[in-house]
Amino acid sequence: MGWNRKVLRVNLTEGTCKAEPLNMQWADEYLGSRGLATKYLVSEIDPMVDPLAPENKMIMSTGPLTGTMASTGGRYTVVTKGPLTGAIACSNSGGFFGAEMKFAGWDMIIFEGRSPKPVYLYVENDKAELKDAADLWGKSCWETEESIKHRLQDPLVRVSSIGAAGENQVLFACIVNDLHRAAGRSGVGAVMGSKNLKAVALRGTKGVSGIKDMKAFMKITTEKKKVLADNAVTGEGLPKYGTQVLMNVINEMGALPTRNHKDVQFESAGKISAEAMHEKRPTDGKPQLVTNAACFGCTIACGRIAEIDKSHFTVVNNPKYWGASGGLEYEAAWALGAANGVGDLEALQYANLLCNEQGMDPISFGATIGAVMELYEMGVLTKEQLGIDAPFGSAEALARLTEMTALGEGFGKEIGQGSKRLCAKYGHPGLSMTVKGQEFPAYDARGIQGMGLAYATSNRGACHLRGYTVASEVLGIPVKTDPLVTEGKPELVKAFQDATAVFDAAGICVFTSFAWTLADVQPQIEAACEGDWSMEKLNAMGERIWNMERLFNNAAGLTNKDDDLPPRLKTEPAKVGPAKGLVSGVEKMLPEYYALRGWTPEGKPTAETLERLGL
Amino acid sequence: MWKSLHIDPKKCTGCLQCEMACSVEHTGVINPSKSRIKVFSFETEGRKVPYTCTQCTDAWCLNACPVDAIRIDAATGAKQVFDDVCVGCKVCTIACPFGTVNYNQDTGKVQKCDLCGGDPACATACPTGAITYVDADWTGIDRMRAWAAKANTAVAE
Repeated sequence: MGWNRKVLRVNLTEGTCKAEPLNMQWADEYLGSRGLATKYLVSEIDPMVDPLAPENKMIMSTGPLTGTMASTGGRYTVVTKGPLTGAIACSNSGGFFGAEMKFAGWDMIIFEGRSPKPVYLYVENDKAELKDAADLWGKSCWETEESIKHRLQDPLVRVSSIGAAGENQVLFACIVNDLHRAAGRSGVGAVMGSKNLKAVALRGTKGVSGIKDMKAFMKITTEKKKVLADNAVTGEGLPKYGTQVLMNVINEMGALPTRNHKDVQFESAGKISAEAMHEKRPTDGKPQLVTNAACFGCTIACGRIAEIDKSHFTVVNNPKYWGASGGLEYEAAWALGAANGVGDLEALQYANLLCNEQGMDPISFGATIGAVMELYEMGVLTKEQLGIDAPFGSAEALARLTEMTALGEGFGKEIGQGSKRLCAKYGHPGLSMTVKGQEFPAYDARGIQGMGLAYATSNRGACHLRGYTVASEVLGIPVKTDPLVTEGKPELVKAFQDATAVFDAAGICVFTSFAWTLADVQPQIEAACEGDWSMEKLNAMGERIWNMERLFNNAAGLTNKDDDLPPRLKTEPAKVGPAKGLVSGVEKMLPEYYALRGWTPEGKPTAETLERLGL
Repeated sequence: MWKSLHIDPKKCTGCLQCEMACSVEHTGVINPSKSRIKVFSFETEGRKVPYTCTQCTDAWCLNACPVDAIRIDAATGAKQVFDDVCVGCKVCTIACPFGTVNYNQDTGKVQKCDLCGGDPACATACPTGAITYVDADWTGIDRMRAWAAKANTAVAE
């Protein structure tokens, strides 16, 4: 049995920690992590709840493969109602925290209410207690982790925490674990901050003992690791270049959103690419990239460990940033760079470090700066308001605005509300590059048509991790499709969305899907978990999870009108590159997508669909 | 012929598959906290270093044990703890200069690397070749080869 069958329920209002049995009927229907935690959430909260009110709950959950020998089995998910979108928020993180939760004997932790004062949760195997965090409040994620390890006199404890961004309820604040991994999107860190919960510290020495057939499990997981190692993307590209391998590729396709999506190619893409991170700097003769690093149990090791140039203006007087730390991933490099027209790799790394240090989603933050810079160039926002000149391409502005947003200073407070609220407030709602209030990641919907539909329909707002059709449209996985056409994309998007939901629910990383299909995951689940785990059952489960999230969003007041892209992507054609002249065909694809999903033209699951999926 | 665990920290990504494999081999449970090999992460240097017993010839732990619970496995050269003899006095943990023999609260005994009887699970599990199991007399052979390759180039020029 991959589960521990045990849930920790923490009532922050009352200060209590209680163990309860995991609902195994639900585990059978929703597996774990994203699926199972969402089932708990939608069963326990009012969909109309204010995301930052005590009545909202926040769940940290593992899957049955978390903490096991299944490659990448270190993931955990944070599920809550998101403050950025008002939709389901579901953010997934690697590192070592998730596995530790399993080793301590728990499957998930449900946080309810709001603590009257700052606290952190300390779990040591069966023992769970809320501890005073008054002196931790105001500290960064890095300081918090160090301080907790020190006070517990335990260097092996694993910590997830919020920094200043979460405390200040920046709407795209994230929860950072193991210094530079994060449950990044949809503002889950703001929810944690609203609950006065500074951190969760875990120490588990019990391990995962319930694997159904350990011998079979070791055999199949070893086999499947070889599949990852032998694959060109997961065995070579990602370890060497990280996700940044995509920067030049996507730019050449004319699908690299640049300067708040005004352009689709960035003239300085090469300077902020994976290749650039490998190049020796003229200043110190060292490349920015130090090495790659793995999350728990991962065979791929795509993580970047980087060292910023000590002589760069952002850090020259600030030695605390000089050491090796989490480096730029593709989405962050895009959002902090191309989206703002900034081609200074060291400035991007500085902003990236600050995002890790204070717990901020670099995608939503960077994309919001893109909107700020456009509003500045239009004269809507001024130097007096911002405290700095902020034209596209200004590394100085990027660095300063990152500090201000992370720490809640001056105009940073408004940036911390995300681009949707900011652009609306200043009279240009169309300049917010968002879906459901969440900023786009690094693929232009005009140059990669499937992604437009994936963004529009993603249950947590614009996102690349809910249906990554880039795999097919760019990399040819599992089959190559033409990125410039809409034909066949609704089917492709649905297939990716449903399969991804199962990868997420299992507790493994979606990056395995460059080499694995669901058929590679299925035998690993089967060897770990009691019960029937046929492909049919898993396929239905993926669809069930998707529809459950959709039902929650509908009940939270979202409609088909929210499955839409900003006017820029539908009316301003790409100016150059292979997609020149194209706009997103999202409106063409949506009706077909709804039909394939078994939804009404208004985007609501029909009674037959719900019955078919057991919802 | 004895073999040695050979560790090349440069290749380590810090994934902890060695720790998991070690714990499964010895306890049947996936539990890095009971692993006999440990990966250390030096965050600000970006270094990961797996560390375990190097099976000293004149072993401090073996010499220190008052009840002769640590003995040499003739087949592998491993200094092996015999649980039925070990009284959990922890003198070996004090004697070992490297800290690679440790007490286990669950069993009341000490534990250390025993080379898994000649097929170390950590080396098998390592996805990057950071941990290998090689001829004990030639643990430096890869490094020698690398230098040799450079020397050859220099001569050719």
